Amino acid sequence: MRLELVKRKERSASMAVMSPLVAVGLTALAAAIIFAISGVNPLVGLYEFFIDPLTERWSLEATIAKATPLILIGCGLAVCYLSNNWNIGAEGQFVVGALFGSALPVLFPSFENALTLPLMLIFGAVGGALWALIPAVLKTRFNTNEILTSLMLVYVASLLLDYLVRGPWRDPDGFNFPESRIFSDAATLPDVFGGLMSLATPITIVIAIVLAIVLAKTLKGFEIRVMGESPRAGSFAGFSAKKLTIFSFALAGALAGLAGTMEVSAALNQLLPSISPGYGFTAIIVAFLGRLNPIGIIIAGFVLALSYIGGEGVQSGLGVSNEIASVIQGLLLFFVLACDTLILYRVRLVTRKVSATTGEPSHV
Amino acid sequence: MAEAPEDKKAPGARQETGDLLDARGLTKRFGDILANDRVDLAIHKGEIHALLGENGAGKSTLVKMFYGSLEPDGGTILWQGKEVRIDNPAAARALGIGMVFQHFSLFEALTVVENIALALPNPGNMAELAKRIEAVSNDYGLPLNPKDFVADLPVGIRQRIEIVRCLLQEPQLIIMDEPTSVLTPQEADRLFLTLQRLASEGCAVLYISHRLEEVQRICHHATILRHGQVVRECDPTKETAGSLAQMMVGSEILGVGSHTKALSAGEPRLGLKGLSAPAGTPFATALNDINLDVRAGEVVAIAGVAGNGQGELFDALSGEMRVQPGMVVLDGEAAGARAINWRRKKNAAFVPEERLGHGAVPGLKLSQNVVLTRHATKDGLIEAGMVSLRKANDLEKRIKKHYDVRMSHDDPEARSLSGGNLQKFVMGRELDRKPGILVVNQPTWGVDAGAAALIRQGLIDLAREGSAVLVISQDLDEIFQISDRIAVISRGYLSAAEPAAQMTRERVGLLMAGGAETQGEAH
Repeated sequence: MRLELVKRKERSASMAVMSPLVAVGLTALAAAIIFAISGVNPLVGLYEFFIDPLTERWSLEATIAKATPLILIGCGLAVCYLSNNWNIGAEGQFVVGALFGSALPVLFPSFENALTLPLMLIFGAVGGALWALIPAVLKTRFNTNEILTSLMLVYVASLLLDYLVRGPWRDPDGFNFPESRIFSDAATLPDVFGGLMSLATPITIVIAIVLAIVLAKTLKGFEIRVMGESPRAGSFAGFSAKKLTIFSFALAGALAGLAGTMEVSAALNQLLPSISPGYGFTAIIVAFLGRLNPIGIIIAGFVLALSYIGGEGVQSGLGVSNEIASVIQGLLLFFVLACDTLILYRVRLVTRKVSATTGEPSHV
Repeated sequence: MAEAPEDKKAPGARQETGDLLDARGLTKRFGDILANDRVDLAIHKGEIHALLGENGAGKSTLVKMFYGSLEPDGGTILWQGKEVRIDNPAAARALGIGMVFQHFSLFEALTVVENIALALPNPGNMAELAKRIEAVSNDYGLPLNPKDFVADLPVGIRQRIEIVRCLLQEPQLIIMDEPTSVLTPQEADRLFLTLQRLASEGCAVLYISHRLEEVQRICHHATILRHGQVVRECDPTKETAGSLAQMMVGSEILGVGSHTKALSAGEPRLGLKGLSAPAGTPFATALNDINLDVRAGEVVAIAGVAGNGQGELFDALSGEMRVQPGMVVLDGEAAGARAINWRRKKNAAFVPEERLGHGAVPGLKLSQNVVLTRHATKDGLIEAGMVSLRKANDLEKRIKKHYDVRMSHDDPEARSLSGGNLQKFVMGRELDRKPGILVVNQPTWGVDAGAAALIRQGLIDLAREGSAVLVISQDLDEIFQISDRIAVISRGYLSAAEPAAQMTRERVGLLMAGGAETQGEAH
């Protein structure tokens, strides 16, 4: 007896919806096992991790606030992945975007007016896009592998941030702590609903919806899907692979940079040596869990944000290491990619096999 | 089927040497479709057995069950009188069944001997294997140099590698899928000698082909499949090509009414002037000083064995490869450096050889594949950057109806269509535009007889309405059936186009085998 994968004639529509749900289910199962190994009642562990953050208003708001950058970055990455451009460097684009966006309040703290915030957001997007264009240009000009170049630039960006906050951009009145000055009110993204969420959340939702329409309805969206699936057919349609590589990296970088600027402007209110708990990497999981569809990504972003809050919850409540959040995120990506196989293949159980040559049951 | 059983077993000059392979009631189902429905087939030792049928008749499914790559849902296979279950190709090879595929599975960057060693269960010492390859290949009249790199070899030689690979395992049955589709007439003749030699030694050959003429020439026995069922068995030498075709299709095939005479020499609409282009990759062919005019009202065919620059020529014509402006002329305008959509707006249309992955995107629905080539033309599919799904759907329905594209449900993904149906769709998508200039690479490759007739008629009709039609094809029957003038491509050189009435198969064969090259170099 063995399992066989049989190719379907067409993509299965029901499996496309089911696959992420199955993946979440399997992740919960694996998480339960890990909790059991750590000596915690698995049911209690799962409840603390996945359910408890949803039961209180503050933790729900904190989850949404954490989901916001994940969704925004994930949307940009989806465009890259749909068009077959493997941008793994959103973390770096997030950081450089935050640096560009912070340049104004850090270097010109007295520039305080209605233009401050819009300019910061624009700078942030431009900075992220420029950082993302480095691997894009290297790929189109020299045929380098964008996975490596975009990933390596993450470390360059992190060290650049570290250098600036400890060196030239350090707060002159900050008792030598490695942090920038606190942003003025004019440079701070206003809160909405009077709580932990800022204007970043509605901005992100609007961008995701616009992107969903662009991808589904416009010629540009068509181009992105065609190029991702079949570059040869794309060039037959008259689309340019190189231009699309530049476009998708620039877009993903701009959205990551915007997310970075909104994060420092709203949540942190200053630059610190580290400004991201790995949003740029987690957003890769968000993009795939959301089926590379902006609406799906909104939901997926929330699920992944839950894992950050849940991780803190089980650490304080049950004494399980916070690292369990990373483990569960990794498991989730693993299961999502595995379950995606089922969209184009179906599993068949093969029994009753007798080998041609020997007449013995075969062991394959 | 309605035929009486005694009608099935036509008496023939078939040797009664006992069954080598006897399939009884083989059934294979894919979803709702019965690809094979209780198929009975007996192959005798030492016979060349033809398996005939239209595309989608179930030929490939049947042989894949013999070769172990598919598992039957019902029925039994007897090998030399004993029931066997063939789990995988390795098991088939162990029994003594070899297969030569239509698409070769060779690594271009490896040598002949390395490729063969990869496929053998225990290749042993490479030097000894090379000696064996040389001995066997010379012995069967298919000489090979084991040290050659596959990338440097023409398709005909690559096929030899596949055949020799089979022969080294001393098979008792060789399955060949459309082996002559990539050969010149002369190369095919040589292959036939080898097959006859094998048969005389007692090896059976199961020969899948569309080419009825060669089936009549070399096959002892034929089994005809239609819609997954065996409809007839016969002795092909006692039939005519017409009667065989009729059995395959089940009705009279529409003759292609070609010679409503070409309008006498219209204006040149498509011109190639000294088209040269270097090879883009080590495995590509350079184009050398190609000159050709295609006039309004005529069909010009370019014959040639695969891999002689057809793909590169097509790319230069379509604009996927840019060349010097004056090298390609569309209706008097220099177009060599223009993009494909500029050319489409000038009312030119293109159909590439590879339908899935080049002519169509596998995972997109047909209506979206309509947008692929028609988003830049005057069909109004794009309004303010938005794709009009309604118009794309209307177009898809029209193409489906006019060109008889059959599908299991409405607007499926391109990958779910059979090769023939997808070809009808990609041809129909361009013919539907009534283009002034049409360039087609392999218009009926792998398409069944009925659909091929429909497509060929469409090409001729388009030309007679005043368009210039350029067909690149490997199928000489097709070329002689539809073209007004014929040119031959060989190693990136093109012979002068000559009126089809003055061309013979022999002359085309000589030009294919290098004559075009010397002629091309001369001017």
